[in-house]
Amino acid sequence: MSTAISHAEEVHTHAHDHEHEHHEPNFIQKYIFSEDHKTIAKQYLIMGILWAFIGGSLSIMFRLQLGFPEMQLEWLRPILGSWIDESGKIDKEFYLALVTMHGTIMVFFVLTAGLSGTFSNFLIPLQIGARDMASGFINMLSFWFFFLSSAIMFSSLFIETGPASGGWVIYPPLSALPQAMPGSGLGMTLWLTSMAFFIVSSLMGGINYICTIINLRTRGMTFTKMPLTIWSFFFTAILGLLSFPVLLSAALLLIFDRSFGTSFYLSEIYIQGQALPNVGGSAILYQHLFWFLGHPEVYIVLLPALGMTSEIIATNARKPIFGYRAMIGSLMGITVLAFIVWAHHMFVTGMNPFLGSVFMFLTLIIAVPSAVKAFNYITTLWKGNLIFTPAMLFSIGLVSLFISGGVTGIILGNSALDINLHDTYFVVAHFHLVMGSASFFGLMAGVYHWFPKMFGRMMNKTLGYIHFWATFVGVYAVFFPMHYTGIAGFPRRYYSFTALGNDGQNAFTDLNQFITVAAILTFSSQAIFFFNFVYSIFKGKKATENPWNSNTLEWTTPVDPGHGNWPGEIPAVYRWPYDYSKPGAESDFIPQHIPFSATPESNLPEENEEIAKEKAIESLLAAQNESYNR
Amino acid sequence: MSVAHAAPAVPENLTWQGGSEPLKASYGKLMMWFFLLSDTFTFSALLITYGMIRFSQPAWQGTPDDFYFSTAHWPIPEKVFEAVPFLHGISLPLVFVGIMTFILIASSVTMVLAVEAGHRGDRKDVEKWMLWTIVGGFTFLGSQAWEWTHFIHGPEDLTLAAKQVIDGVITPIEGANLVRNPYGPPAFADLFFFITGFHGTHVFSGVILNILIFFNAATGVYERRGHYEMVEKVGLYWHFVDLVWVFVFTFFYLV
Repeated sequence: MSTAISHAEEVHTHAHDHEHEHHEPNFIQKYIFSEDHKTIAKQYLIMGILWAFIGGSLSIMFRLQLGFPEMQLEWLRPILGSWIDESGKIDKEFYLALVTMHGTIMVFFVLTAGLSGTFSNFLIPLQIGARDMASGFINMLSFWFFFLSSAIMFSSLFIETGPASGGWVIYPPLSALPQAMPGSGLGMTLWLTSMAFFIVSSLMGGINYICTIINLRTRGMTFTKMPLTIWSFFFTAILGLLSFPVLLSAALLLIFDRSFGTSFYLSEIYIQGQALPNVGGSAILYQHLFWFLGHPEVYIVLLPALGMTSEIIATNARKPIFGYRAMIGSLMGITVLAFIVWAHHMFVTGMNPFLGSVFMFLTLIIAVPSAVKAFNYITTLWKGNLIFTPAMLFSIGLVSLFISGGVTGIILGNSALDINLHDTYFVVAHFHLVMGSASFFGLMAGVYHWFPKMFGRMMNKTLGYIHFWATFVGVYAVFFPMHYTGIAGFPRRYYSFTALGNDGQNAFTDLNQFITVAAILTFSSQAIFFFNFVYSIFKGKKATENPWNSNTLEWTTPVDPGHGNWPGEIPAVYRWPYDYSKPGAESDFIPQHIPFSATPESNLPEENEEIAKEKAIESLLAAQNESYNR
Repeated sequence: MSVAHAAPAVPENLTWQGGSEPLKASYGKLMMWFFLLSDTFTFSALLITYGMIRFSQPAWQGTPDDFYFSTAHWPIPEKVFEAVPFLHGISLPLVFVGIMTFILIASSVTMVLAVEAGHRGDRKDVEKWMLWTIVGGFTFLGSQAWEWTHFIHGPEDLTLAAKQVIDGVITPIEGANLVRNPYGPPAFADLFFFITGFHGTHVFSGVILNILIFFNAATGVYERRGHYEMVEKVGLYWHFVDLVWVFVFTFFYLV
């Protein structure tokens, strides 16, 4: 055993040596199979932006059909080929593929991977004061599994029978039977394969985020000193960790139904006059399994955006966030509730009305933590010293969208109302505002806010303002009118509207045209962002270390943080991240790493007591350094 | 030797102050725990699927003695799983699966001993107990293969098999697969193959991991590293796979 000890010591000194030698990583290690969380975050971001443009352009194609059903789309033939039929319109089957892929891409590839993948990776180590993620290798694998999943999903856009077309929820039996529609053939197989890899990727990302937050916080960074961004990423990762595996099970069972003749979801089906042999399965079972992921998924999409908004609003209102602990509590409340409301997506499945009322009750409770959050954003802004950076505008935009989309959630959460509004454009309006647009605004706010730390340069402000106003007005112009078409009875996912009562479809022709025009303008204005983003990476104004005078730890790193983030020791943390405009303080912000002993002029009585603990916090340095050498 | 990887001494009141591992577990061990939590939900979804389909099908209403195989009611497990290798023709309900379960649980015990040997830094003992765990894992997989083969083959006496109607003629169902089942509704076979297969895949990957660990221990990788934590991490996975089997066993064989 003594040999073991001496071995251990040897290994130890070796580890130290490695620390001091500098291996300059080659191009592939640095930019492709990088294990640096900052590079991986940028990889996710760039993939997310590319996917967003693909997903957005699909929506423009089907909006053309919905707004201008008579329009000649012959000019799209070079891209879509035979998906433009002989009469010069979008093929009906392909229309279904368009809505399906738009949903899949936006929900999973843009707002899950593009949002969580980017900012959890980028901000967790920087804001908690860690050198990198717990496991850089698993983090790298996570991105490359996502890349593989992306490649498969992307390739499915180009196959002859078209990509999956059963809606992003891929309900069986439609998705289970290749003879049901062309999109349920190879396209569906590729969809399921791609999603299986996506789940693996999100699992590896998620365990890394959780373990990094638990184990690698810098000395002094207690859980209640963490920025709200980190709290939101933490809960997001937990949501993903517990809900994605259920989708994996659902998808595996579906694969067996599709390819190996089992009947988990299939029973007593006639197709094209032929009875299928399958008996004993249940299509509703799939819906339960799917929505056990599907509902938490909307919070996986939304929570990171809410967390970043908290941070950006506090920084740019120059005020502490209102109700820090209430914000954590409401994030926690939303996380718990997210798992027990899934059946509100299934009110029309013939569910027992009593069970429906239970799910309705639980659903409406979500309004409480959501309202706490909205209230706290507004009270943080209230009488703040507002600085309208583009990031701030997008954050305020998020609050607006979160509220106006959220109130319709209360309407749809009522089973009696939902039975009427189910699968209409009212639902489309609701979730595009509260989850789609709000999360997208969070993503944009995050990019504008953390761009200086990502690329060492500033984005152009003026272009940012134009981008914001075009997007903000545009998003409302697109989705607000859908409430009216929804109440009028327009069903979602339909190719054309021909038989509404009293020829109702004609009364809304102009509104549908308006939506389409607004969608085209909104989508086009994203080019401004794209230009700004790419231009600023190379030619933007050089950033300073802390351009927004922010408190969190990432702004204590150099302009271009290298591998390991801090060149010297990782700073210790002594205070919460929201000491903005503190009475008595010289400057209007006191970063987290400034000890209370250095700010006697602004300390509150209870903070003076904290001074005694500073020695103990500093004494943890040895333990912390040790943890990186093992 | 766990000395090298033990968390540096941090006073109890400072464990959650950052700069240390508050749960006294390395990130690798935490990751395994969270992965297992996630995997729990995968298996839960499958077992809930089993429950939902099982209880949407009619159960056998008569006494167990009168029971016969038919697609019209869910089979009684004791009647399906009653064969033991080399004891041909003797009805021994659930004996073989009991032996399988015992083997798997015994392999958990040997895994515990391997982990314990790792704590002592006793390379010889780690090797010995890992080897026994691997043997246990392979024995379980082999037994499962036999169990599957027997299930696929169907009842020895074809007249006992459930009947189906082909072109108006009532014929017994020959052999089980994912589409038909001589013991009862096809859903029973679907779920049996899928869930025990999914568990078997987990056991199989566990055995592969165990072999890797054994190899690393035998070539002295962990001795050079100064600790045997990898044995512990894979041990967690192995115990989890055993625990899941207890649930799978309960659902398919006992309920």
